[in-house]
Amino acid sequence: MADVFKLKVVTPERIFYEGEAGMVELSTTEGDIGVYANHIPMTAIVAPGVLKIHEGSQVRKAALHAGFIQVLAEEITIMAEVVEWPDEIDIKRAEEARVRAERRLKDNQTEIDVLRAKMALRRALTRLSARQ
Amino acid sequence: MASMRDIKRRRDSIQSTEQITKAMKLVSTVKLQKSKGKAEASKPYFNLMYDTISSVLRKSGNLDHKYLKPGVSQKKAVIAITSNRGLAGGYNNNIVKLINGELPVGDTYVYAIGRKGRDGLARKGFQVKADYSEVINEPLYRDAADITLELLDSFIRGEIGEIYLAYTAFKNTVTQIPKLIKLLPVEMEAGEEESGKAHALMTYEPDEEEVLDSIVPKYMSSLIYGALLEAVASENGARMTAMDNATSNAEEMIEALSLQYNRARQGAITQELTEIVAGANAIS
Repeated sequence: MADVFKLKVVTPERIFYEGEAGMVELSTTEGDIGVYANHIPMTAIVAPGVLKIHEGSQVRKAALHAGFIQVLAEEITIMAEVVEWPDEIDIKRAEEARVRAERRLKDNQTEIDVLRAKMALRRALTRLSARQ
Repeated sequence: MASMRDIKRRRDSIQSTEQITKAMKLVSTVKLQKSKGKAEASKPYFNLMYDTISSVLRKSGNLDHKYLKPGVSQKKAVIAITSNRGLAGGYNNNIVKLINGELPVGDTYVYAIGRKGRDGLARKGFQVKADYSEVINEPLYRDAADITLELLDSFIRGEIGEIYLAYTAFKNTVTQIPKLIKLLPVEMEAGEEESGKAHALMTYEPDEEEVLDSIVPKYMSSLIYGALLEAVASENGARMTAMDNATSNAEEMIEALSLQYNRARQGAITQELTEIVAGANAIS
């Protein structure tokens, strides 16, 4: 498992992460995946979830909300629209957002509101679990 | 010859204008540095986005996807990025001229970002569909994504058939190039096969069509966002150059007026002396 690959996480504003990693875990629209080096080339759409970057024995977490991932044998690029390190997350706000979204889901209104509330809930949960 | 007082008044007024242009130049220099940094920071994302989308398209060139073919409508939409403030030389006017030259007045909806462009295009007879002028003061990625969503919505509903983006590309501090690019339907220049081998085996999850569905909006947002940042840098660059010219013009005029003033003063003194001498001669 000494194989490492180059990992790049880019957002529109900055290069979020650039370095070598042994494994990266994230959620896609097709389910959660973990990618090692020498994976077959693949492009997938990111679903909100926790991004885990394994650097040797260390694991760095981040909350990844939207974007897509491009996997090549020795290089993985994540084009993230929104991604945050745990220390950038305001835990109080995320907690409040979770409660609000859950309440909104309980008294179900129109179609669009439900969808939005679900998305908000998912974002809040992602933030909270990245923080833990 | 103008009187001494007139010349002096004129010179003072030019001097105070010069102070203003000088200050504006300094302000835009600082703003330019900041916006240039931001525009450069967004480059990697945009370049990667471009690579990805062109590799997807190369692989699935004959895919019958809604974003790859023009809509049924004859109408075109153009996102016109200009500034909210003037005094930037030809910056705003260049965009207005470009759009007016390339797109038909009657069949084009303008989505304006920047008041100057909105007003200029409205005066030419374009229909301004939406106005996001606040955005240019402080462009956020979120804004670009919102505009994209609205445009894609109209595109899917068949209200518009093509989407363009007009902005000023920032080449360097003194050169800014107005550009008009087509956003939708997505078109890639042919003959970019050199990196084909790395992408030949690419798999798409869940499939190409859905990946395109999700990537095209992101691609558009990143283009618009990149254009916004570049336009801000260009605006400040253009203003800096314009104000620099204005300052040196003012200096030139002040110099010429000072010369005129001194001549007038000398003339007045000579005349006074002649009168005194003539008066003295008449008495004796």
